[in-house]
Amino acid sequence: MLAAILSLGCIGLVSAIALGFVAKKFAVEVDPREAAIMEVLPSANCGACGYPGCGGYAKSLVAGKAEPNQCPPGGAELVVKLAHILGVEAVETAPQVAVVLCQGDNKTAVNKYRYLGLEDCNAAQKIADGPKACPGGCLGLGSCQRVCPFDAIEITADGLAVISRDKCTGCRKCVAVCPRQTIRMTPLAASVHVMCNSRDKGALVRKYCQIGCIGCHICEKAAPQAYKIEGFLAEVVYEEHEEAFEAIEKCPTHCIRDFAEGYPQGSSFQAPGVDDDTPNAA
Amino acid sequence: MVDLFVILVSAIFVNNFVLARFLGICPFLGVSKKVETALGMGMAVTFVMTVATVVTWFVQYFVLIPFGIEYLQTIAFILVIAALVQLVEMVVQKVSPVLYQSLGIFLPLITTNCAVLGLAVLNIQKDYTFLEGVVFAIGAAGGFTLAMVLFAGLRERLELCAVPQSFRGTAIALVTAGLLSLAFMGFAGLVKG
Repeated sequence: MLAAILSLGCIGLVSAIALGFVAKKFAVEVDPREAAIMEVLPSANCGACGYPGCGGYAKSLVAGKAEPNQCPPGGAELVVKLAHILGVEAVETAPQVAVVLCQGDNKTAVNKYRYLGLEDCNAAQKIADGPKACPGGCLGLGSCQRVCPFDAIEITADGLAVISRDKCTGCRKCVAVCPRQTIRMTPLAASVHVMCNSRDKGALVRKYCQIGCIGCHICEKAAPQAYKIEGFLAEVVYEEHEEAFEAIEKCPTHCIRDFAEGYPQGSSFQAPGVDDDTPNAA
Repeated sequence: MVDLFVILVSAIFVNNFVLARFLGICPFLGVSKKVETALGMGMAVTFVMTVATVVTWFVQYFVLIPFGIEYLQTIAFILVIAALVQLVEMVVQKVSPVLYQSLGIFLPLITTNCAVLGLAVLNIQKDYTFLEGVVFAIGAAGGFTLAMVLFAGLRERLELCAVPQSFRGTAIALVTAGLLSLAFMGFAGLVKG
C-alpha cells in the first residue's frame, strides 16, 4: 500500500518537475496581437490572402509582412478592425465576386460524348478536354461547389454552376479549381457580364451553343466604351461597366446578362430586384 | 536478428494494430480524410510509440516489479505517457516550429490513445527484452501508419464517387475499413504467434 502510493507519487512528482522545467526553458513567446487578430479573422482558412490559413495570415500581419486588406472574405469592415489592432492606416479595396462566365447548360450547349466518370471537373477535363463541345464552357460537375467554403455556389438541375453574388466573398478558391478558367473575378459593382468563355469563331460557337458569344461586335457598337472584343469573344470593360447595360437588349444570342435583373435559368438564387413569387425561371 | 525481423513483420502486417487488433480506431476513422494528415498522424504515433515503449519498459522493470505493484500498471503507464507527450510537444514547439506545425495538432490526440497504451501493455505481456520491445514498437507504428495512409487513399477516391445517399459519410468509411481489414486477414499465418 505504502509502496504503491510512494512510487506512483514519485513518478507523478518527477513528471511534474520535468514538465515545469521544460515549460520554463522552452517557452515560446506569442505576440498578443496575433490572438486578437485570430479573433476577428473569418476563420474560413480559405487561403485567399495567399497564406496557409488564417493563422499564417495573422503571423505575417504581426510580422509586418502582410497588409490588412488582403482578406477578401472579411471585407472593408475587417480591414478597419485589423488596422486598428495593428495600429496602421486602413486602405480600402473594392470588393470582388466570382462569376461563372457561361450559361450553356445541358439544354443549350452540346456535349461531345456522355461522361460517366468521377464527379469532378478536373477528372473530366483530362478525357479529351472534357465532355462539353465548347472549350471554355462550364462542365457542371461541381468541383467549384465542393471547394467553396461559403456555400455560395450551386449546380443547376441542367448542369451549370451559378455563384451567388450575396454569399460570394471573393476568396478565389473556385477560380483556382476550375480547369477551364470559366470563373473570373469581377468587381461587385459591375452586374452586367458577357456570359461566354469561348474565343472560337461565331459559326463554330453556333454549332455547339445556342447562347454563346459569336463575336458580332453589335455590343461594341451599342456601347463602345464598355465592351472590347478579343478573338471572337466580347468582354465587359469593368472600369466602364456603367455603360454596359445599353447593349443587353441588342445582343442577338442573349449572351449578355445583368445579374441585377436575375440569375441564369434554373438557379435558385434571387436577384435583389426580383420578388420571391416571380422566380426567374421564365 | 531473425527474431527481431519476425517481430517487425508480424507487427506491421500479420497483427496490424488497427486492422487485426482493432486498436487506435478513433484516429483511424477521425484523421483519415486526407493522405497528408494521415501521414502526419502516422509520424506522430510512430514517434510517441517508440519513446513511450522505452519509458514504460523502464517503469515496469525498475519501479513496478521491484515494489511489487504490477496491478497499478495501467494507471502508471497512462501517467507516464501523458506526461511524456506533453513534454515532447513543448520541446518540439520550441526546437522545430516546422515539425510542430505538421505534428503539433496530432500530438495531444495521442496522449491517451489506446494503441499507444495497448502497445506498452502488450510489450510487457509478451515478455519482450528492451531491444525486442523497441522493434515491436516501430513495427506496430509502421503498421498503424500503413493502415492510415491506405485508408486515407481509399477515402480520397471515395470522395469523388457517386456513393448512394444512405451510405455517405461514416457508413461507407466503416464498410471500407471492414474490407481493408478483411484484406489484411490474408497475411494471417505468414508468421506464427
